Amino acid sequence: MGVTPESLMGLVIVLPLASAALLLLAGRAADRWGHLLGVFAPAASLLVALVGLVSVLGRDAADRVIDVHLFDWIDTGGFSLAAGLRVDPLSLSFVALVTFVGTLIHVYSVAYMAKDPDRRRFFAYLNLFVAAMLLLVLADSYLLLFVGWEGVGLASYLLIGFWNDRPDYALAAKKAFIANRIGDVGLILAMAFMLKQTGGLTFAEVLGKAPDLSESWALGIGLALLLAACGKSAQFPLQSWLGDAMAGPTPVSALIHAATMVTAGVYLIVRSGPLYAATEGARLAVAIVGAITLLFGAIVGSAKDDMKKVLAASTMSQIGYMMLAAGLGPIGAAFAILHLLTHGFFKAGLFLGAGSVMHAMNDGVNIRRMGGLAGVMKVTWATFMMGWLAILGIPPFAGFWSKDKIIETAFIGEGWQPWVLGTIALLGAGITAFYMSRLFFSVFHGKARWDADLHPHESSRLMTWPMAVLALGSVCLGWVLALVGFTTWLEPSIGHAEEAAPVLAAPIITAATLLLVVAGAAAAWRLFAVREVAVLPPAAGPVVRAVRADFHQDSVNDLVLVKPGQALATGVALTDTYAVDGAVRGVGWLTIGVGRVVRLAHNGNVRSYAAIMTVGVMVLVAIVFAGGL
Amino acid sequence: MIPYVALSALLFVIGATTVLLRRNVIIVLLGIELMLNAANLAFVTFARLHGDVTGQVIAFFTMVVAAAEVVVGLAIVVAIFRSRRSVSVDGENAMRH
Repeated sequence: MGVTPESLMGLVIVLPLASAALLLLAGRAADRWGHLLGVFAPAASLLVALVGLVSVLGRDAADRVIDVHLFDWIDTGGFSLAAGLRVDPLSLSFVALVTFVGTLIHVYSVAYMAKDPDRRRFFAYLNLFVAAMLLLVLADSYLLLFVGWEGVGLASYLLIGFWNDRPDYALAAKKAFIANRIGDVGLILAMAFMLKQTGGLTFAEVLGKAPDLSESWALGIGLALLLAACGKSAQFPLQSWLGDAMAGPTPVSALIHAATMVTAGVYLIVRSGPLYAATEGARLAVAIVGAITLLFGAIVGSAKDDMKKVLAASTMSQIGYMMLAAGLGPIGAAFAILHLLTHGFFKAGLFLGAGSVMHAMNDGVNIRRMGGLAGVMKVTWATFMMGWLAILGIPPFAGFWSKDKIIETAFIGEGWQPWVLGTIALLGAGITAFYMSRLFFSVFHGKARWDADLHPHESSRLMTWPMAVLALGSVCLGWVLALVGFTTWLEPSIGHAEEAAPVLAAPIITAATLLLVVAGAAAAWRLFAVREVAVLPPAAGPVVRAVRADFHQDSVNDLVLVKPGQALATGVALTDTYAVDGAVRGVGWLTIGVGRVVRLAHNGNVRSYAAIMTVGVMVLVAIVFAGGL
Repeated sequence: MIPYVALSALLFVIGATTVLLRRNVIIVLLGIELMLNAANLAFVTFARLHGDVTGQVIAFFTMVVAAAEVVVGLAIVVAIFRSRRSVSVDGENAMRH
């Protein structure tokens, strides 16, 4: 087999990885040119990925799934596993998104982090992040995927805690890492189940044998994978780390939310499609988790005053849409990936816009202290508006083509399921419109509420150009992908979906969605653009206060996870101190005590020894005689 | 035969009392010697009583052992006296724990 473009896909991973290693090993010597290499690596990966994409596009639909053997990884008597790449439409879509959006974010970071003395280290971590994510999506086995999965977790930890001189930021990084760790347990469990039941870990083996799995095993694997996806994608109930992850520099948030990290869970579910096809229960669980999270994120987003946290909640909610769609089988999975791509563009654009606003506001993030920025930052305003319209799902912006389809798909099915899931998805769209409009109007419209000594200004070209490109994507990506038949292109990876009609006619759903979106946006317009926005959050009832506190998710985590964990650890520590150490020390104490008593006899007085001996002999003799009589 | 056994017991008690009560090492050794010979007397008496020579043989053994014991014991006493200028039993507590 000669060198085909697909077999070069390993380069896509190696380039940013090598760059990260070089930047970290070179140390301060690389400070001057580090960011240039950092930008070059993902850009080069993007080029390689495009070559691969074109090559795969040139093939017939039937052989668009290519497994590339890299090297023999594990070879033991009973089990062997090769490290390989799976190059297919699904992974290529991800690779294209990660490298393209990643490159733009790298370019943006050059300007955003210009004043940070540790910019080189930042770029090293960014490259590591991209490399890990690419490994995750290109791997051809669950084990290799797991390597990338852990790499993503590590890189996100390093980046969220990038400014780790602030204890609360370092804490946020730890929180993200630990929440992810809980999810990792799910993936490890799933792999153990797979190994037991199918004898292999490659996608080909596991997914090939998936239809033969017993119902309960398929359900177990499906739920374990769902737990993994919940951790990585910040889905209910492991969502709490995402809001705190805003501690990282804004480009990191953009990268986490758009291209890498949180999309990994959706990828895992969609990739394991054949497994989920074998189990109705796990599929439903995925959809329900998605539905809960999309409502949760949307409601929390409506009450946040921190610009980045609103966007974080919105990501949670949008990923919830994707999970919901992924749980609906091949028919929804295609739209999940479509939404993932469009979301990658508009969410990255929104985050980069937020970063630009933060630069203007001297790192302020409180939207109650903004307002009226539209006139000052025209490019940021315009690009942010594109992202806003895209996430709202106004035709013809990107979100309309993906989110509307997901809502429509949620209405497909039998019994109660389409009505409940569909209604939640529909409601979510309305709330999304409300909180995103609230954010947009509070930041860019209404009266200026910032401090008089702030002088907001437009950001430099290096920052506005990536935003402009992403805004273009927010406008066009939806209908371009719809036009080229993106869902058909995914079919070799995720299987063919039977056409099915939703329980309500599609035009009615679309109309209802748009109506709700417009209503939400109009409500936000009245409340946050026309009416004066209070600089301090107004007093609120118990419900709003609960929402502001993320439904007390941290307290719940404390109660459910942290407290029992601490109690267990304390118990084990006490057992160790008193039972284990106690036994060891007890033996010592016993010896010492016996010694102390016996020592009294050894007083060094020879005559008392003689006396003891004499008495002893007399006693013995007495005993012998008594026994003899 | 009873007077011999009684004498043996009396001698043994005198010897034991000497060992327990006197401080001078040489007197203590004398006491030990007395106890050994009291035992010898008992052995010989019982040998005679039972018409069995085993007791007499053991008495000879005891004498040999006693001779050796005196040699070793006096040598130790001399060595201790050279280093300590004392033959008191109570002074020798270097072997205390």
